[in-house]
Amino acid sequence: MDVEISLRVDGAEHRLVVDTRTSLLDALRERLGNTSPKKGCDHGQCGACTVLLDGRRVNSCLALAVAHQGAQIVTAAGLAQDGALHPMQESFIRHDAFQCGYCTPGQIVSAVGMLDEARAGWPSAVTPDFASSNVSADGGGSGVLVEDEIRERMSGNLCRCAAYANIVPAVKEVAGR
Amino acid sequence: MTVTARAMGEVIDRIDGPDKVRGVARYAFEQPLDHPAYLYPVQSTIARGRIIGIDCRSASSTPGVLMVLNQYNAPRTNIPAGQGELNILQSDRVAFRNQFVAGVIAETSEIARHAASLVRLEYQEEPHDVELHGDRDDFWVPSAASAQFPMELDKGDVDAVLTSAPVRLDRVYTTARQYHNPLEPHTTAALWSEDGLTLYVSTQGVSGIRDVVTALFGLDPGRVRVVSSNVGGAFGSKVHANPDVVLTLLAARMVPNRPVKFALTRQQMFSQAGYRPPTVQRLQIGAERDGRIMAFSHSSTSATSKLVEYAEHCTRPTATIYAAPNLRTRQLVTSLDVPTPCIMRAPGDCPGMFAIECAMDELAVECGIDPIELRIRNEPEIHPASGLPFSSRNLIGCLQEGAQRFDWEHRDPKPRARNELGWLVGTGVAASTYHALQQSGSMATIRADPDGRYTVLIAAADMGTGTWTALTQVAADALGVPVGSVDLRIGDTAYPNASSAGGSSGIASWGAVICEAAGQLRDRLGRGGSIPRQGLEVTARMPENRYASQYALHSFGAQFAEVRVNAETGEVRVPRLLGVFAAGRIVNPKTARSQLLGGMTMGLSMALHEEGVLDPRFGHVVNQDLATYHVSSNADVGDVEVHCLDEDDPYVNPMGTKGVGELGIVGTAAAIANAVYHATGVRIRDLPITLDKLVAW
Ligand code: FES
Ligand code: FES
Repeated sequence: MDVEISLRVDGAEHRLVVDTRTSLLDALRERLGNTSPKKGCDHGQCGACTVLLDGRRVNSCLALAVAHQGAQIVTAAGLAQDGALHPMQESFIRHDAFQCGYCTPGQIVSAVGMLDEARAGWPSAVTPDFASSNVSADGGGSGVLVEDEIRERMSGNLCRCAAYANIVPAVKEVAGR
Repeated sequence: MTVTARAMGEVIDRIDGPDKVRGVARYAFEQPLDHPAYLYPVQSTIARGRIIGIDCRSASSTPGVLMVLNQYNAPRTNIPAGQGELNILQSDRVAFRNQFVAGVIAETSEIARHAASLVRLEYQEEPHDVELHGDRDDFWVPSAASAQFPMELDKGDVDAVLTSAPVRLDRVYTTARQYHNPLEPHTTAALWSEDGLTLYVSTQGVSGIRDVVTALFGLDPGRVRVVSSNVGGAFGSKVHANPDVVLTLLAARMVPNRPVKFALTRQQMFSQAGYRPPTVQRLQIGAERDGRIMAFSHSSTSATSKLVEYAEHCTRPTATIYAAPNLRTRQLVTSLDVPTPCIMRAPGDCPGMFAIECAMDELAVECGIDPIELRIRNEPEIHPASGLPFSSRNLIGCLQEGAQRFDWEHRDPKPRARNELGWLVGTGVAASTYHALQQSGSMATIRADPDGRYTVLIAAADMGTGTWTALTQVAADALGVPVGSVDLRIGDTAYPNASSAGGSSGIASWGAVICEAAGQLRDRLGRGGSIPRQGLEVTARMPENRYASQYALHSFGAQFAEVRVNAETGEVRVPRLLGVFAAGRIVNPKTARSQLLGGMTMGLSMALHEEGVLDPRFGHVVNQDLATYHVSSNADVGDVEVHCLDEDDPYVNPMGTKGVGELGIVGTAAAIANAVYHATGVRIRDLPITLDKLVAW
């Protein structure tokens, strides 16, 4: 069955017709031609398809497009604005935090969303004191995410080229700003 | 001829970086094609037998379905010798479970996938044989791929020395079935029109794909264009044409003038994209009390499919790494009703060095010698098998530099000596090596324009290795111009033929032919000559390396690991890895470091996580996705430090490079296994090192 929906993607309004079975990822890639989010598994297991959906990071392969009528979506292509790269994107280049680049848009969107979560005080599995709202602190309340927090919070984004040892400092540099 | 390094050795950010961080660099499936059709396969549900009936009626009548391809209506193909796995929809035979037996072409991917589930097949099933037992009697010696790497080697009298040596070791090591799992699945888009065939494929070599495709369909090579400018990882699985490419072409042939797109699902990757087969290896060492090796015997067994002979050549590094007056290697293979395995990052050398380097650690323990000292005592002066001198060999330098950086001096050799709050801590070391390979057959064109710009054309590939950047640096130095004056064009058969990106041979091969073309161009221009108004173009062929027969060409490295093993649960963590490598000239220290640390991290993944588990009842791998086939995630990895020694090697190629794509994965798993032994006193000889193997203490 086909349904017409509207989506706001990287600031632009789109009306499109989707099959009710179409994932948000396929709607972006195959219907709108925005191939910034990647398909690595189509199964919620790799994070390559990560987008910001109404401000929060999600695996777009696990979302049905028809369920997100009117949603605001930001992809890595939309993080770069007016020709200037987002600081996270610049940091990834500086730290060579990728090789093939296929996981990279997802990593970058995920990192941006993750820093918002940490700033909002959301704990992770390695946060020592769950009751404290000061989860993003290195223990001293400096607001700097410690490396183990970054590793844990970024573990939904697989990188088979295994650039993790570069991704962590790339994210940390932006987190410290 | 050697090239003066100006750009080579410089840290340059990836040229393709700005496009990749925004996600606008296009991979094969993402090419803007007009009104594409989508393909979805039907896979066999038996491991061996015949198809005796196929019912496509409800699939065909589904609205939006263009066609159901099957063995009766598919175009006929010629199968190139030795490539039986490409025999798609050509007969009623089923050779492994999940083999492609039909395909649906439809207006959308959703329709194609649904309709594929409606195709009904009837089989005459035959008993299958999918398990590799040591006690089988149907092994054979595989046909050697090249004389340089023989399948069997005999030097001296190994058996006599093994029975009389003062220290004797006889151990069996096994490695698991491992899947490349590049993050970008294998993808193809094909357009077959009157003008010819255009293919977008995620591949390590467009020229090789074109050659297979022209052979399969009897086409004129001039009418086939293969494009692959960005590749989302490969690690060996995208070197050759796989069945998905053939199925896409069969489909495109049936819907002329309509592009057909096909991406394997992650689950399909586990039956269609090759894998590193499990190995069983036996190491026998006879040594003096001081650790000097007297005899070394290494045998390795693996299984291939019934369609293609592929042997995991674990004994390949054996003759190179240590001095052994008596040396024997044996390589055996058998065939099973399973998908075809293929090369995966450091094929042979990676699992082979796992066994060798664990055995060396065991020998060090037997002799009561420090494992680094043991390796130094067994350093050969010349190549132990060929008798050739090494063009350069810095294994000892790597071990010593690493020892210093890892504070090896203060290591207590006693196992299970450090317990930090319930975590047993240990350190381990292993050597790594890989051959410095150059592939023949590449060509390159360089065009000089009067405005001082140079365009370099070669059908090379970048699957994340950094070719776009590093090869531009090589070309700039070969031409004696700044990097900014060079436009590199790769990944398209519209450019001169090139060898594939495999065996860490990319820069060595493509760089050498670019140097040759640049030399010819400079000769044509003459000293101080200006570029003519119409420009100047030169095409060169890959020159032979005359030193290849005079020297043994290899890279070396030393890997160090620190592990923490939970005393209660057996959980293994790796807070620190260090790799010190001697790999000739490093063209771009930034991208090379990423390749090496990527290799080491994949080695960690091999050591602790990766194992495809085959269900013998059905013949398929049960954990066929990224949740159940775990590859290292961010939280599995700690500090990874890479250090490269300065090494000047005038014999390998004009750039002096030895390749870094594979070296980083060789030895890592052994360093971790040896560290686990040091931490716990438990010797794990079977990968992966999972906690069930450690809690039985
Ligand atoms: S493609 Fe969505 S998580 Fe892998
Ligand atoms: S850069 Fe290749 S998968 Fe991450």
